[in-house]
Amino acid sequence: MKIAVKDLTKRFPNRNKKIREEVVAVDHFTFEIPDGELVSLLGPSGCGKSTTLNMICGLETPTEGQIFFGETDVTKLPPEKRGVGMVFQSYALYPHLTVLENIRFPLENRKGADKLSKEEMNRRAREAAALVQIDGLLERKPGELSGGQQQRVAIARALVKTPGVLLLDEPLSNLDARLRLQTRMEIRRIQQETGITTVFVTHDQEEAMSISDRMVVMKDGVLQQIGKPQEIYDRPVNLFVAKFLGTPPINVMEGELRQGSLYIGGDCVFTWTDEEAKALPGTTEYGDGIADARNESLAGAPRKVIVGIRPEGLIPDPEGTFVCEQRAVETLGRDTSVIFRHAGALTDTMRAIVDSADLTERADGRVRFRLRPGRFHLFDPETEVRL
Amino acid sequence: MKKNQLKGWLYLLPALLFLGVFMLYPLIDVLIYSTEESFSFASGTGSGIGLYNYSYVLHDPYFLQAVRNTFLLVIITVPLSTGLALLISLGLSSMKRLKELFQTIFFLPYVTNTLAVGLVFMILFKKTPYSDGFVNRLLALLGMAPIDFIEGPYWAKMLVMCIYTIWIVMPFKILILTSALASVNPDYYKAARIDGTSPGRIFRKITLPMIMPMISYLIITGFIGAFKAYSDVVAIFGVNLNEAGMNTIVGYVYDMLYGSSGGYPSYAAAAALILFGIVFTITVINLLVSGRGDGKGAGIG
Repeated sequence: MKIAVKDLTKRFPNRNKKIREEVVAVDHFTFEIPDGELVSLLGPSGCGKSTTLNMICGLETPTEGQIFFGETDVTKLPPEKRGVGMVFQSYALYPHLTVLENIRFPLENRKGADKLSKEEMNRRAREAAALVQIDGLLERKPGELSGGQQQRVAIARALVKTPGVLLLDEPLSNLDARLRLQTRMEIRRIQQETGITTVFVTHDQEEAMSISDRMVVMKDGVLQQIGKPQEIYDRPVNLFVAKFLGTPPINVMEGELRQGSLYIGGDCVFTWTDEEAKALPGTTEYGDGIADARNESLAGAPRKVIVGIRPEGLIPDPEGTFVCEQRAVETLGRDTSVIFRHAGALTDTMRAIVDSADLTERADGRVRFRLRPGRFHLFDPETEVRL
Repeated sequence: MKKNQLKGWLYLLPALLFLGVFMLYPLIDVLIYSTEESFSFASGTGSGIGLYNYSYVLHDPYFLQAVRNTFLLVIITVPLSTGLALLISLGLSSMKRLKELFQTIFFLPYVTNTLAVGLVFMILFKKTPYSDGFVNRLLALLGMAPIDFIEGPYWAKMLVMCIYTIWIVMPFKILILTSALASVNPDYYKAARIDGTSPGRIFRKITLPMIMPMISYLIITGFIGAFKAYSDVVAIFGVNLNEAGMNTIVGYVYDMLYGSSGGYPSYAAAAALILFGIVFTITVINLLVSGRGDGKGAGIG
């Protein structure tokens, strides 16, 4: 089922009663989730992602705006009428009931014409259990299961009533690192097998990047960017999104556009060839575009910018013009990462992921890089919007 | 290893010493008293050993009256006070405004002195030459004849006693149950809501099993407390409890020791041990029953 959210807003009264001003948890969100996709709501804590999820499932009522499931306006519907399945961060499995009883619980709530026979309920519960591969644990109590198994039971319970929408609130945050990797693949498999439209809330960008068809990045109740994971990674709309996505994080520096070239701390680190310059984005819906800024600088008006360089955007090159002070080299099997310092840096640790073959030992403790086109972004220093 | 063991016993010593002196020794002493026939404080000895004291106590109409009163009190007040406390706690926890105010009001009886409360109950129920008491005035408004609650029929006295006991034990139960209710993870309720669970089913299938350990704790301690009722009865009916027909087992023990008809430590000891036997049996039954419940609800809390 397609989910559409229109001008969705949630304001809470301030906890400090002396302050009259309301807290805006979600500020006019508008986005659409196509049928059968897995979409993650991604952002740091307090960005409004859980509030958005709660409004979609009906546990919170929006202050303004509408929510549509398919063509139906569900904004005013109570949660039980919306046909959603939800998995909670704490799993919320009833500890005094067995796994089978837990999964059967939603079915037992049905009344009147929808009421199912006991055999039918058991059949459906077993089917859901089989889908998440916990058939062997049906008689156990949740307390006797591992975190990953509890997670599966919670998903089975959410799926047993064949909802149109599956909502997952930070479902992996209570698992250890290895189990998290395994479970996120499992969630992806179940989602693809059932083809159910799924909304997944997380603060972990790696998790979101790895399993989502689409991501909604938000911050402080404001929607930042919506798109496919790779799109957002390659073309972040602003400095926040650029910093939030990617491990290791993007390196941020102060720079300047002068005579059509990019300078960092006095070094000319990048010059666009005429051909490259033609492909540069002009004025976009967000910012005024690198192309325009470059042209202006060619005309003699230098412009201060913030430069964000992805760790993979730095290539060691003895002829490179970006000269840095090398602090340490970490070898992690496949990758080698160089930790360096630079006078223009705005982040504490600057890191480049390089091919170890390119790295040559230098006596003076300096390392030279050149920049890989497309792997660095320029941002306006005031608005932090990408040029 | 041996040194460690010595250290362990050393740590336990203060507690063991206290328990020995103030629990074990008196218990054994009471046991001895209860089997000594016609023991007297003056001579410090009795005339023989046997079960005569038990037989006397069990045939004493005052003791039987006390047992009847105590059992009635226990059977009426424990379930009622626990049930009412649960209802009030559910109401309190679903309240949004004025919650603290009501919590305070419900907790007041807990911090009020028993005898002071007894006085208030006297004003409410006692008939004096000048007034029929507050409750009788209310009854008069309803067109009913006044009832002497303090010196009148047995059922009326029992009613006052039960109301008093329920009122005085409820604050503690409300306190425990509201905190038990608050400790239930709200996600359970959210999950149940999304699944369209009716409020009645939420209560039966989620809330009740989750707070069951606390409820059984309250029932056990409630039984023990009600069996030991004494000061409350004195607060309302005065010290001549046998005369009022409102004596309790503990009251009987006290009377046998120090009352106007007192001076019989052997009878007192026998009665005390009978009470101990009753409370012990009921607690064991309670634990067995709720233990089975716990087994079913493994993993709670």
